[in-house]
This record gives sequence, structure tokens and C-alpha cells, in this order.
Amino acid sequence: MAIAKRQPKSTSAPLSPDPKHPLEDLIRMERIPHIWCPGCGVGTVFSACLSAIQQTGIDYRKFSMVSGIGCSGRGAGYVRLDSFHTTHGRAIPFATGIKMADPSLNVIVFSGDGDLFAIGGNHFIHAARRNMDITVICVNNFIYGMTGGQVAATTPHMAKSSTTPFGNPDSPFNLPLLAIASGATYVARWTMIHSRDLTLAFEEAIGHRGFSFIEVLSPCPINYTRRNKIKTMDMVRQFHNNTIIKNHANPSELDIDFQKGVVLGKFMDIDKPTPDEILAKLRNQ
Amino acid sequence: MEPKVLTGEHFINGDEACAEGAIAAGCTFFGAYPITPATEVAERMAERLPDQGGTFIQMEDEIAAITSILGAAWTGAKSMTATSGPGFSLMMETVGLAVVTETPCVVVNVQRGGPSTGLPTMGAQGDMMQARWGSHGDYEIIAIAPSSPQEMFDLTIEAFNLSEKYRVPVFIMSDEVVGHMSEKVVIPKASKIKTVSRPRPSGRKDRFKPYQPGPNGVPPMATIGEGYNVHVTGLTHDEQGYPVMSVDTQKEMMTRLIGKIRNNLDDIIRTESYLLDDADIVIVSYGVSARTSYTAVEQLRGMGIRAGLFRLITVWPFPEKQIRELATRVKGFVTVEINMGQICREVERCAGSKVPSYLVGHTGGTVITPDAVIQLIKEVF
Amino acid sequence: MKYWREPLDTGEIDVVRGKVYIIKDRCKGCGYCIEFCPREVLAFSKEFNKKGYHPPMLVKSDGCLNCHYCELLCPEFAIYTVADEGEAGPNPVASATENQKSRLKA
Repeated sequence: MAIAKRQPKSTSAPLSPDPKHPLEDLIRMERIPHIWCPGCGVGTVFSACLSAIQQTGIDYRKFSMVSGIGCSGRGAGYVRLDSFHTTHGRAIPFATGIKMADPSLNVIVFSGDGDLFAIGGNHFIHAARRNMDITVICVNNFIYGMTGGQVAATTPHMAKSSTTPFGNPDSPFNLPLLAIASGATYVARWTMIHSRDLTLAFEEAIGHRGFSFIEVLSPCPINYTRRNKIKTMDMVRQFHNNTIIKNHANPSELDIDFQKGVVLGKFMDIDKPTPDEILAKLRNQ
Repeated sequence: MEPKVLTGEHFINGDEACAEGAIAAGCTFFGAYPITPATEVAERMAERLPDQGGTFIQMEDEIAAITSILGAAWTGAKSMTATSGPGFSLMMETVGLAVVTETPCVVVNVQRGGPSTGLPTMGAQGDMMQARWGSHGDYEIIAIAPSSPQEMFDLTIEAFNLSEKYRVPVFIMSDEVVGHMSEKVVIPKASKIKTVSRPRPSGRKDRFKPYQPGPNGVPPMATIGEGYNVHVTGLTHDEQGYPVMSVDTQKEMMTRLIGKIRNNLDDIIRTESYLLDDADIVIVSYGVSARTSYTAVEQLRGMGIRAGLFRLITVWPFPEKQIRELATRVKGFVTVEINMGQICREVERCAGSKVPSYLVGHTGGTVITPDAVIQLIKEVF
Repeated sequence: MKYWREPLDTGEIDVVRGKVYIIKDRCKGCGYCIEFCPREVLAFSKEFNKKGYHPPMLVKSDGCLNCHYCELLCPEFAIYTVADEGEAGPNPVASATENQKSRLKA
């Protein structure tokens, strides 16, 4: 039973009086509008992810999306794929189960910084260590958005949140450094405004054999920028103006500081056997 | 390659028999995390599964272990994990996810003394209520309690079958004694082993509703990659699987989830009766304590006391109907369990005020002796 | 598309044209498409959509070069472009307004 592979986007937009949005075949349109607030970047990142899925040309049935809990965690609920909205922090082990039980699937974890790096941090480092062949997309909006703007493991030092009303005393994670130190074999960082690079990075990450991680900086207009008296558009302009693309930059210099400029790009792309491949080899011995 | 079913007679411990039962039942995915006294289940699976085309993975903690088996279950695999008290506690949130997403899976709890780190190498039966109510919210699950290595084999197959049939997590509530005890285990021919697989969808994929129930209240389950594009969420959802935050949807979903167990009690519940027909005193027990109780009944009979054993093979759902029926014709109940009164409370609840109900309990770390049971019965009856 | 200086062969090149589709009622008014359109072909409209936002409108009907950037940025799947296979228009740089031209040449 074979179905025709979807055409890449460039040829799929028919010119009729009322053509559809080119991503509609991958979106559960009956669930739109989504819950993301005006100005929230999650929708943009989600859209880039769907474009990347289209552009791989791979049969959609060979994809599965897994999310945890939070604003970004709603991603799995809008994609027209076999999709799973799991418990808080546990998207990666769920994805690990899917991938190890059926290695023919492309498993994408689409979730947020709180979900992946606070409550789910342990799973992240271990999946990276194993070089589990999944793609982890982290929408980093610097805050717990859905619960109303509490401090996260990615909130900048001294930034205000509802639980750090006088400023965040802690320092945030440098996520690409964490990923690389843990053993991730593909690591990149972009912002939601770099959606073309982002789409290409997602496509590359899906094609990458092994653990791929992409951090995407994104504004939270309601719970981060407003509380910190930043105009959301100014933050997005910062993404555009105060960032430097520097592939293979030194991971320890990837802390997020818009004053000195935030480094974007691809920081790691190496080849290493994956657990499912190794297991398949062992089975054949 | 070793055969899938190791037909023949074996002298193995309960944990190993459990692993063999899982493989015989068709389990192809095991998510592990080491913990005494359940580790031998994982070790046996690690050695045996790859040969069967299955997948063993040791995860970073018990939360990951149980979550991984849910992911695997959606690829069509029959999946299992095994743990003991501390790991069981960590798994509880995900048990709720399995219940609400109707993901079949088997969770083995080889119980040890608790709470907390407790008595890692010594048995207890203190997690029985946790198995029933450990995850938040209201729900129904199935829990069965093997009393011997042979039953660790047989009931693990049963656990998979129930889990697949009702799309519900099934707990094997073993204990350290049964897990580490070695006895003869007879494994039948593969052709004699009855296995059940989850109901599967048919018909138009674009019209498929992943949570539209079948005849027994259980919806057919699609597999990732088939093109059904299912959405699975831990949020309250409608038949399409989409989140709907409403009282009506919650009521509809919960009524069905609870109903698929409560409306099929006769199919699910298994108990064993020993000398109950003319019994005045009913000893209710399960797991290793049922062995104690069996000896106690024999000795009491020798003393002319008409005692009988009602053994719970299925602990949850609780065989209420059977206990209520017994309560109409006996003088009293004695529950024997290695805790300070968990299943005893259920027996009391069902016996009502008609007949007295007593506990022969223990704080854990050892089995209860038949003498303790006999002594109590002599005192109170 | 904002050149520092106009390329020498500007007049000779046929440039792809795009047609912009705006699904007004999906818009939540974030303004990203307007702010970041390299050809500045969009602006907030005065009208309200059914959600109460001002959706974008096309202000330079022949300005779109079908780069899809608005489509990629829009968090609401509310805007997209397709290649305009009608008459290939004049090169947008060559036909830019004097004002724009002087800016481009600056």
C-alpha cells in the first residue's frame, strides 16, 4: 500500500482563484486558530518545522511529532501527523520509545525550554548522550508562558518574572553548550525571525542520523517582554540586528547576551552510530 | 537464536519467569531502570529480547522507562517495564497518561519494604493501594498478584492479554519473595499459549476517530505510520482525540474509561477458592501471603476449624461481588497481607456490618507465618 | 532587496512576481509580515477582522517578489504568496519610485 510522496513546496502551490495555504495539508485546520497569543513566535517556529517536513519529500506517514507540556507543547496538537502530547518534561523518553521500537520513523520532539530543560533536563542529556536518532526542537521564549510567566532555566539573569519579581538571581543555561557536552551530534541555534535558515536547519536535522537539537529564540509577548518592559517587536528586531551568524563557534561563547550579540548558526554536525543502528547490527550477528 | 517460548520445565526465579512470560505473550519492547528486587526481570529481558527481534533499552530513570514503553506501544509493540516501590512512585504520573490515552502496557512491581528506600532486599505488599490510586484523578486499572514463579509466567501473559484487550495499564503486583524465589516453572508449547492483541481499526482513515469505542467500550487502536494521523493527548479529549476543556467531555471520557473496566468485571476478575464451600472463616489473601494462608487453612482444618481461602489473583478491580456474597454465609473474614491493612479495608467495606473482618498484617521485610494467622483466628473466633 | 547600490544589469533581468494572499480572519495582528517584508508591500489595514485585529493589506500591488518570507514568518498561517504567472512585470528595482531609488542609490 503506497501513497504518492508529497511534492516539495516549490511545486505544490497550485494557481487557482483561491489556493490554500501551502501548509494546510500538514495542519489540523479544524483546530485553527491555535492557542498561541498575538506576537508569539511559536507559530512561526511551528510553521518552519512543517515547511521542513514538506521539503524533505519524505512520506508524511513516516513522521511522528511528540510534545511535552507548555505553549510550545501544543505543537503536536496542530500537526496532521501521528502526534503525541505527553506529560510535562517527558516528550523525549516517549520519542525514544517510538524510535527504538520503530526505527523507520522520523521522530520530532517539538517543545519548550521549561519542558525540555527544567523538568525534562535529565531526559535531554541522556538522549543526547545516546545519540538517539530524534530531532529535538526547543522553542526558547525565556519563560514559563502557559502558567503565566514564571522564571525558567533559560530566563536571563536579573530578568523579571512572576516568581522573580525583583529579578532572576540565577543564570540561564547555555543550551547549545549543554547539548554538545552531552553528546548531541547536530546542534544549531536560530531565532524565529531567521525562518529561512531555521527551515533549512530543521530539514538538515531531520535528515541527520543521530541526536539533533535546534534551539530557537522566540518572543513571549504576554509573559516575558511585557513584564520586562520590552516591546515585542523590539525584541524581534534584536533577533534580527543583534545576532551574529558564526557556524562552529566556540560553544562556551554561546551565552545569550543581546548587548554583545547572540551567536547563531550550526555548532555541531558529526557522524556517530545511533542506538537503533547498533541494536540492528547486534540482532544480525 | 533461542526460541521465543522456552517450552519445558525450568528451575528459575519469579523475576526470570516474568520475563519469559512477557516474551511468550509477544512483548517486544522493554524500558528498564535497575532497582532491587526487580532488576532480574530487566536483565533477563536484556539478554532475551534482541534475539526475538525485540528492543531492550535502559533509560535514565523510571519515569523515562515507563514513558518509553508508552511511545513503543503506539508503534504497535507490546511493551513492559519492571520496578519496585521507589520506581513505582516515580511512574505514577505516567500511569495516568497511559490510562487516559488508553495505551496498553504492563508494569511489574516487585514490592519491597517501604516507605522511601525502606528494605530494598526484603519483601512487602505495601504498594497495593498505590497501584489502585497512585496517579492523580479518578480512574480504573487492572492489577494482578502472582503467588509463585509459575504464576509470574502465567499471569504475565494474562497481564498482556488484559492490557491489550482493554487498552489499560496492567500491574503485576509481585513481591520480593515471589520475585527471588526459585521453583519449577512449566512453560507450555507456544501453540498452547493464548495471546490477545489490541483491537485494530478498519475503514476510511480520514474518518477514523481514535477514541470512538468498540462494542466492549474499548476503541480500536491505530499504529504510528499507518496514515491514521491520530492525535493522542493527556488532556481531556473527545472521540477525535482532540482536547476539549468541558464538563461534558470530561464526563463522557471518564464514564467510558471507568466503564470499560467496571462493565467487564466478570471477564477481568480471577480468584481462587480453597475449601470455601463449608467455610465459617474466610482468609482473604494474595501474592506470597496466599501461600502462608494456604498452609494456615490446612492446619486450621486439622484442628477442626472450618477455614477456607479466598485468593485474589486479580486484586484490582476488587472482587466486591464475591466478597459480598461470602459475607452472607460466613462468620468472618481475615485478610493476610504484608502491610498494615490495605486490602483488608476493601474486605471490610464489602463485608459491611454483617460479619467481622480482621487483619493479619506485617510492617514488611518477612513473610507472615501460618502460626500468626492461626493464633489470631483462635483468639477472635 | 534593499540594495546599497543598484546592480548594473537591473533593467535586463525579468524578476519573478508574487501574488499575496491574506486570510484576514486568521490574522492576530502581530505585524511581523509588515515589519519584515523586504519589499515593504504590506501595511496594517483600517478594517477589523472577526477577531478584532487589523489584518495586513497590500499597499504595493506589484511589489511582491514571491520570496515567501511573510508566509514563513506568519504564526497564524494567514498569509502566503504564490508565483504570479501573469505578465512578467518590469523589474521592481527599475520601477521603484524615485524616492526609493534615491534611497537605494544612497
